[in-house]
Formats: sequence, structure tokens, C-alpha cells
Amino acid sequence: MERGFEKEEAPLLRVEGLTKRYLRGGPPVVEGVGFEVAPGEIFALLGPSGCGKTTTLRLIAGFERADEGRVWLAGQEVTRWPPERRGVGFVFQDYALFPHLSVWQNVAFGLRHLKGRARWARVEEVLGLVGLTVFKDRKPGELSGGQQQRVALARAIAPGPRLILLDEPFSSLDAALRQATRDEVRAMLKQAGIGAVLVTHDQEEALSFADRLAVMRGGRLEQTGTPEEVYLRPRTPFVAQFLGRTNLIPGEARGGWAETPLGRVALVDEAHGPVLLSLRPEGLGLAAPLGHLGERQLEGVVLAREFKGHDLTYRVRVGNRELTVQEGPESPFRAGDRVRLLVRAKAVVVGQGR
Amino acid sequence: MVVQTFRPVPLPLLAVALLVGLGVLLPLVYLGLRAAQAEPQQLAEIVLRPRNLQLLGNTLALLLGVIALTTLLALPLAWLTSRTDLRGRRLWTLLLTLPLAVPGYVGVFGFFGATGGSGWLSGLLGFTWPRPTGYLGALGVLTLFTYPYLFLNLRAALLGLDSALEESARSLGYRGLQVFFRVVLPQLRPALYAGWLLVGLHVLGDFGVVSLVRFETFSYAIYLQYSSAFDRVYAAWLSLMLLLLTGSLLWLEARLLKNLAFSRVGLGSSRLPRRTPLGYWALPAYAFLLLPVVGALVVPLVSIGYWVVQYPADHLNGWEGVVQALRNSAQASAPAALLSALMALPLAYLGVRYPSRLTRALERVAYLGYATPPLAFALALIFFSLRGAPFLYQTLALLVLAYALHFLAEAIGPVRSALYQAPPRLEEAARSLGFSPLGAFFRATFPLLRRGMLASMALVFLSAMKELPLTFLLAPVGYSTLATRIWGYTSEALFAEAAPYALLVVLLSAGFVGLLLTQER
Repeated sequence: MERGFEKEEAPLLRVEGLTKRYLRGGPPVVEGVGFEVAPGEIFALLGPSGCGKTTTLRLIAGFERADEGRVWLAGQEVTRWPPERRGVGFVFQDYALFPHLSVWQNVAFGLRHLKGRARWARVEEVLGLVGLTVFKDRKPGELSGGQQQRVALARAIAPGPRLILLDEPFSSLDAALRQATRDEVRAMLKQAGIGAVLVTHDQEEALSFADRLAVMRGGRLEQTGTPEEVYLRPRTPFVAQFLGRTNLIPGEARGGWAETPLGRVALVDEAHGPVLLSLRPEGLGLAAPLGHLGERQLEGVVLAREFKGHDLTYRVRVGNRELTVQEGPESPFRAGDRVRLLVRAKAVVVGQGR
Repeated sequence: MVVQTFRPVPLPLLAVALLVGLGVLLPLVYLGLRAAQAEPQQLAEIVLRPRNLQLLGNTLALLLGVIALTTLLALPLAWLTSRTDLRGRRLWTLLLTLPLAVPGYVGVFGFFGATGGSGWLSGLLGFTWPRPTGYLGALGVLTLFTYPYLFLNLRAALLGLDSALEESARSLGYRGLQVFFRVVLPQLRPALYAGWLLVGLHVLGDFGVVSLVRFETFSYAIYLQYSSAFDRVYAAWLSLMLLLLTGSLLWLEARLLKNLAFSRVGLGSSRLPRRTPLGYWALPAYAFLLLPVVGALVVPLVSIGYWVVQYPADHLNGWEGVVQALRNSAQASAPAALLSALMALPLAYLGVRYPSRLTRALERVAYLGYATPPLAFALALIFFSLRGAPFLYQTLALLVLAYALHFLAEAIGPVRSALYQAPPRLEEAARSLGFSPLGAFFRATFPLLRRGMLASMALVFLSAMKELPLTFLLAPVGYSTLATRIWGYTSEALFAEAAPYALLVVLLSAGFVGLLLTQER
């Protein structure tokens, strides 16, 4: 047995066929979930609330027992292990800081194996890492939300886990703070080489924070991949709609293109037969209608215009269909204008059949 | 996201909780068995005694009388302190709540010490005020010392009412009093029922007052059976009838509240209701407020003061007797407080963290121990210990156990509130940082429960210090406490001898109220 070799190859976290029901015989909250996380990789579980993503995280941490499926950490199966044996850090949505302990004591809480100077040094090191050294004697109640968040992170990484689990860690922060904290945390995790699983319902957060992500719905994973893959090539209508906005259009695929109510549209991947296509708003454009084109152009009416500074979103009615179109900020059309719709990008097949 | 988790209840915790539940239930069950032991003929003779009917009549008359009188007193008091422009509403509320802390037997001492030939009232007024005895005495004293239960419930309800409802009734053409009867009163029903239940349980459980004013209710009859002609089977049957009465009260309350489930009012309105200006009615209003304050606070306090200064220094062992009784009371109450808090911890923990039918039932059992008339509970414990554990009979340990089980409900409250302050996430965080389930509980949750546990212990300690009927039946021979001394001296009209004990009990009671008020904050 070449164990050393096997350890080298083993992913940091491997989850297989996880299934969990809260009520015996009831519907599963998590069903057949499986994915892998490489050492140092940041993985996001993205989905609407109630999709089972937090439960999945709690199954990995060991707070809940899986009904079926297995969990490996660095090649070691831990499915039946209690949380304290797994050595996985956990950052709670509401941080769950110990209110009776100071910041310093909170961070030192998990460092039972260290004594004296070594313990002191580690706490100071981690506090320095999150920039909270000056606050170390305060109680959690005396800190701002962002500071509490950093204490929670420091407490989780202090014992030196190779994997930490983050349960919507940025959702209690206000928008301005969120972006900055997210960048800081990401940089810190990368610097320390800690792998992470992030649970979030915020698609922008998942796209910008994770190396890879999985979109979850109704207890199942719908698609797993890098942010680019999942955004650019969604495999289901749900994924296409949940990650950003999109227009779903039915069509008849004929190899590299499809016949649709918007005319012929090029496809990213070849397909045949009836399909459902996703066209992102930025793949569409508007222009003034040209008289000489007559029936051959795709005419529509602007229903609404939403100016957002860096870009502009139109709601346009074409035939009996409403479409979302994204244009540059200088685009001149107003509600009620007649426009010509342009399809600029290739469409992605998100569903086969009727 | 709220995760409603089904997790198996930790078995050791459940075992402890079940044991506690059994501790409350077993004696009562055994009481039933003991009562059923009678021969059929004897049974018929016991149950069909005409005296039972008379006792039932007396008990019911007292129960209904006190409920009616407390309502007549508490409803206007609650309205005056919540809905009018009266001055010092907070102070009045505090003063009107305080009688809650004065045990009934101290109340009787206060009235006995004031009235009759030797009372201070006769010196003050020049004529002899009659001593309150019999039905009217019991009615008056119990009303004065139990109305706060109703008062507090009604006041809270009045403050929580949505004033928009009253305003819409007015806009529909109803006048002040009509609005009160048509709109306000119906909404007060849950508060009324809750208050009546508390008052009723107190009346049924009372022993100190009825025994001192010599009004024969079930409690008094049980005591007579126990102290003189100790007919065990008959005493068991009397206790059983009293329990049945208590059970009916609880059942009735549950039934009435069930039908009201939809008429309860949410506390959503943030706007305070308009305060009614009293105008010329202010003076009578103040006089009315003063009535219970004088009766339930001033009279007992003056009596205590009047008689303390006449305390015969050479009496028995003089002040040493007082110290001894205080020490005895504390010796039984302190371990009971500790035990009660320790028993409350698993019950509250299971109830909060593992809510299920079973854990709710276990918590209810604890409340049942509190609702059980103490005399019946004490008698059940005596029977049970004589049969199951004779070495416990007539020991301090049995008294401690009785206190702890009876006051368990008081101990659960603060522990439970503290548990709500400690989210389960804290324990999970500790687990993910390498602590075992037990370690996580003691490192993460327990430090947050310390205050609650201390409050629980203090509440039980202070309650046990003034407990009379349990002490009366279960204390070892010759073991007198503050409560039994007051009762003994008062029943022999030795008011000067009783006074220092009463003073101590009143001071302890003040501590109790103070503690309750800080807990509410």
C-alpha cells in the first residue's frame, strides 16, 4: 500500500451521495449531493434559501448526521465522526462568538493543545492576521459587525484547520463593508493556503469569491464548475436564471444554430431537436429600426428603461415576448420607442425537448 | 435560515429528567393507590360522609368568593394604574404588587395582632375591632394577599391592548363604559382566566390562613386528620379530593383558553392607549388604591413593629430561638435550592433545545408539582417514603426533597430564559473547535447560565424559607422553622413571641420581590 502517494492525491474534502431528511419518511432536505474541494481551493455552494446548502455544510462539519452518503477529509472517511474530531473550522452566519469571553479568549478557545507562550504567540499571530490586535481585550458585544465577523474567522482558523466552512458569513454586513471584507477574507485564505466551502445565496458573491462553485436547488446540485463555466454555459434554466439575468427562449436546434421566435440564433454547442435557450441580456442589443428592412428585422417596443450608470437595462416587448436587454449608458431609447433587436452572442442550450 | 432539526434526545439528560418527573408523579400515584386500599364498605363510608360535602361546599365557597372579590379589586386597580392620568403609576404598581410576597399566615398574624382586645387597633380607636375568623376572615385575608396575581395579569393585558380597537368602537358610536364592556373586557378574558387560575390554586393550596382563622376547607381537614385523629385512609381520600378539585381547575382553565385561541390580541400596537383623565374622580381613586396597600402592607407591618418591641427578652431562649429557627429554615432551604436548580437544568435544557411532546410533558409535570396543594403533596410524600424508603421518613432529606420538587417550577423559569440567551450555535462552535459534547456545554453554554442558575436558587431558597404546610408535615419532630414558629405562636395568640419571626419572613419576602423585579428586566 502506497499510503503516502494516496494522501498526496486525495482531495481536501470529498462528499458523495449525501442525503438528509429531518423528518423520518419526509422529503429529503439534501439529496445525493457530491463534490470535491482541492487543498487551498475556495468552493461555493450557491442557491436560494431553503435549498439545503446550510444543511450540507452542517453535514460536512458533523453537526448533523447524514442519512446516506459519505464524507472524506484528506482521504480519511469521517462520516460518523463527531464534529470535534474533524478539525474543520466553522464560521456561523451570526458568528456565534462566546459573549462571556474577550476577543483574545475567543480566539484562544480552540487552542487547547497549546500552552503558555506558544498559545499566546498563536493568538497574537491570528489576531494580527485579521487586524484586531488592538481590540483583543474587548467583549464581542463591544465590537461592530465587521469586527465580530473577523473574530469569528480568527477563532475558526486559529487551530490551523486545512478546511473552513463559511455559512453566509458576509450576509449580516452592510453592502459597503461586504465587498471589502470579502476581498480581505479571500486574500487571507489564499495566503494561508486554507481550503474553504462558502454557502451563500448571493450569486455575485459566489462568482467573485469562489474558485469553483455548485448551484443547488431543492436539495440537489444542478451544476458544478468554475464561475465562468457556470455563468457562460448554464446547463439548466434554473442555473441560467439564478446566476445573473437571462432570457429563456424556446427553439428548434439544427446543429450549430437554432430556429427561434427571434430568428436564427447561433449556438455555443451543437444540438438537435426542440431546445430551451438562454440568451444573456448583454448578448442582446437595440438599434433604431431601419425602414428598408421591413419584415426582415426583429421589431419591438421599449417597455421600461433602467439606468444604472455603468450600464442600462431595457425591458423590450418583441411579439408576445418580453426580453431583458443590456446596453451601454449612452443608449438613447425611451419607453414607448420602437426598436430593432440585435442578437449579438451565441445562445446556450439549457433544456432539451418540449 | 431556520433549521428545524430532528435530533435524538441525549439519553443521560432524558434519564435525569424522567427521574425528576417521576419524583413529582410517583407520590401522587401512590396516594391514589393508598386511598384505594380501603375495604369497599369502608370506602363507601369514607367517600359518602356528609362531612365531605360540607368541606367541598366550604372550599368552593371560599374559592369562588376569593375569585369574585379579587376580580372586583384587581380590575379597577389594573385600569387605574394603566389607563388613567394617575400620578405615580409605577410606585402604585409596585406597592400593589408587594402583598404577593407576604405569606398568608403572616397576613393573619398582622390582622390578629391588630384586632381583638389585645390588638393595637383597640388602643388606637378606643373600641375593640373584631378578629377576622371563619369564612369572612379567610375570604378577606386571602383576597388581600392573592389579588396581585390577577392585578399583574390584567395590567399587562390592558397595556398590551390595541387602542385602535377601542377607537374604532368609539367611532361606531359606543360610549366609554359601553366600550369597556363590549370591547375591552372580552379581550381581557385570557388574562382573567390566567389570574383566576393562580388565585384559585393559591386558595386551594392554602393552609396557613384557613387553619389560623379556623375555617374548615379540605386543607384544614387534612391537617386535622394528620395532627389529631390520624386516619390515614381518610386523610388520603381528602387529599385526593383536593387534588381532584385542583385538577378540575387546571382542566377548566385549559378548556376556556382553548376556545379563546383566536380571540387573543397580538401585541403589535406600539402606540400607547390614551390615558383617561380622572378629574374629580382622582380623590376616590387614590382612596381605592390605598385600600389594599393599607390592608396588606401597612397593617401587617405596624403589627410586626408594635409586637416586636414587646418581645419578651426572657421568653424561652430569647433571641437564640429566633436564630435557631432561622438556621433551621436555611438548613433545609439552601440544599433544596441547589437541588431544585440542578433538577431544573436538564428539564429546561431539553425543553428549549429538544422541543417535543415528551419534553413539554416533562416540563408540565414540574408545574404540576407546583400546582399540587402542598398539604396533599406532603401527605403523598409521607405515605410514599413510609412504604418505599422508610429511612427517609422524618428526616431533613425528605423535607429538602419536598421543597425542591414543589418549587421546581420556580427554578425552571430563569434557567430557561438564560438558555434562550445562549444559542445552540455556541456549542456547535465549541464542538468544531475540538470540544466534546459535555465539554462544549460547560465551556460555551454553562457560563451563560450562571446568572439564571443563581436566580433560580435564590427564588427557591426564599420560597422555601417561608414555606409552611410542607414544613409542617415533613419536618423532623422538634424541627421548627420561621414559618412553623409564626404559625404556632399566632394560633396561641402569642403575638409578641411571633413578631420577630414575622419580621424576618417579611424581610426575606422583600428580597424575593426585589429579585423577581430584577429578573423581569
